[in-house]
Amino acid sequence: MENNNRKRRYWQANLRLVAGCLLVWFTVSFGFGILLVEWLNQVQFFGFELGFWFAQQGSIVCFIGLIFFYAWRMNHLDREHGVEED
Amino acid sequence: MELKTLTYLVVGASFVLYIGIAIWSRASTTGDFYVAGKGVHPLANGMATAADWMSAASFISMAGLIAFLGYDGSVYLMGWTGGYVLLALLLAPYLRKFGKFTVPEFIAERYDSRAARIVAVVCLIVISFTYVAGQMRGVGIVFSRFLEVPIGLGLVIGMGIVFVYAVLGGMKGITYTQIAQYCVLIFAYTVPAVFIALQITGMPIPQIAFGSTVQGDSVYLLQKLDQIVTALGFPAYTSGTKGTLDVFCITAALMIGTAGLPHVIVRFFTVPKVRDARYSAGWALFFIGLLYLTAPAVGSMARLNLTETIQTGTVGAESANLLYEDRPSWFRTWEATGLLEFNDLNDDGRVQYYNDQNPEFAPRAEMYGWNGNELRVDPDIMVLANPEIASLPGWVIALVAAGGIAAALSTAAGLLLVISAAVSHDLLKGVLMPHISERKELLAGRISAAFAIVIAGFLGYYPPAFVAQVVAFAFGLAAASLFPPILLGIFSKRINKEGAIAGMVTGLVFTYAYIEYFKGLFLRWAGSPWAEDVAENWLFGVSPEGIGTIGALLNFAVAISVSHLTAAPPAKVQELVEHIRYPR
Repeated sequence: MENNNRKRRYWQANLRLVAGCLLVWFTVSFGFGILLVEWLNQVQFFGFELGFWFAQQGSIVCFIGLIFFYAWRMNHLDREHGVEED
Repeated sequence: MELKTLTYLVVGASFVLYIGIAIWSRASTTGDFYVAGKGVHPLANGMATAADWMSAASFISMAGLIAFLGYDGSVYLMGWTGGYVLLALLLAPYLRKFGKFTVPEFIAERYDSRAARIVAVVCLIVISFTYVAGQMRGVGIVFSRFLEVPIGLGLVIGMGIVFVYAVLGGMKGITYTQIAQYCVLIFAYTVPAVFIALQITGMPIPQIAFGSTVQGDSVYLLQKLDQIVTALGFPAYTSGTKGTLDVFCITAALMIGTAGLPHVIVRFFTVPKVRDARYSAGWALFFIGLLYLTAPAVGSMARLNLTETIQTGTVGAESANLLYEDRPSWFRTWEATGLLEFNDLNDDGRVQYYNDQNPEFAPRAEMYGWNGNELRVDPDIMVLANPEIASLPGWVIALVAAGGIAAALSTAAGLLLVISAAVSHDLLKGVLMPHISERKELLAGRISAAFAIVIAGFLGYYPPAFVAQVVAFAFGLAAASLFPPILLGIFSKRINKEGAIAGMVTGLVFTYAYIEYFKGLFLRWAGSPWAEDVAENWLFGVSPEGIGTIGALLNFAVAISVSHLTAAPPAKVQELVEHIRYPR
């Protein structure tokens, strides 16, 4: 029973983490790069209009950071809930 | 040394390297053949995944497409990278925990159904063959341009190389050759980009040069590009012309499709642990990002270079257009291939390159005595011609040829392997002959890989439609057929086989029919598309490139509704779902 509860808590924590990461994923690409692009383009970011930068470079940089962040957090969660591989 | 000899040497050396690696890493068990014995370091797997993923389309075509599309080209940049986030967060760690060999095998066990396995095999084979046809075509083009051999012979050579290391080495051989191929292709992509960035902006790092000011001027590269192209009647480089919903759907279809491509998914079966699968996806995207962050820079600089070569001064001044007599040597080289065409419409001996489809610009063009756009440039040549445009030494040009071939071969090999695994492991061992011995299964895998190579070569010689369209089709299908049942299979215990099969069939049929309707894909032999491929005819304004998103949504909707109308899956399936959710 204790084991089942622990597993359920682990899965819930995982789902929360995934949801948070996917929210960032959606915001930087579909949000900043597509839906809000015109609005963000009013801002100059170094040599770029900001919306254009997110669409062509910024989103990719965020994706890379996001995956490493997720991997690091998940490996931490595995240990915290005692479900890590040996 | 003559350029051709040099190219033969560099490309030949890369082939020797690949074959050497293949012999060193022969596969001896089915585990080696399908998943490289599950012993690949996550960083190495990330590099191999990057080569597996970056195809001839990424290496040769993408920067050129972006050069002419400007902001609209962002769909490829975001679409072909964002899928890795979905893979890393939603699929890879769980499929690694499942710990078997193929994607249809997961579908079969999760849905406890042989029928579902067969449907998944059909989806996988259709997706992979359409994709591999594009790669073989890319190999043929590079061979014919740089080595001046006929496309057919180029294909046979390419097939021979893939044959050696895919058939001999299986996944193990492919993994280590892909690592070598990644190094070749990223070096070949970066070197010309660095030189061109230096020439244009004085900043050697192309990713940063993209946002820098141009040499000897205080204006930013992108601002200058916007000025130059709008002065010729083109839409501004940094703003889009496609509908927002369409851009949204194309990006989503490419992302979901990436996450649903079997040859990418299966790479995450090769690492030792669940936590390795997570990091490995990050490394894969890091290595992909090195090229994908360079590509938009290359695209913008190539566009600037091309336009300034043709339009040498103020628009409208007579002497400001390039004299055809004085055209540079790369212009002549590519004219010979037919990928660059000049047609002197107003007989003034000068090249006019402008947007003759823009009604607002038409009166000005008439005033200048221009009689229509005289230059047609195939976007595919932008990357290949780049070193020549920037007058780089011969070895750089040879390197680009080797890089293009590496990109195409690495992807082709990955695709051929999943096809052969689907035949020998899923059809033969899974359905037809469950008691086949491991040695015989390995042999069957090798024979089906060999057959797949021959069919791929044939498809490369007689492509069903334009390569880019074929590849877009593969993504749409992967998004609409395979991604939903895998995702639902992990995150829901309620989805059953009836739902999964109904969903896959709906997604596949809907997406195929929509693309066929506008592109006339495999029925090319039967005639032209059924309807004109223009925005007025599209469903909700979504183009065939983006329809995979709608197909995936339909798949989800059908799978969930049908599952809730039928009985819940048996207890052993529920246990399997529990099992894959926890690393231990």
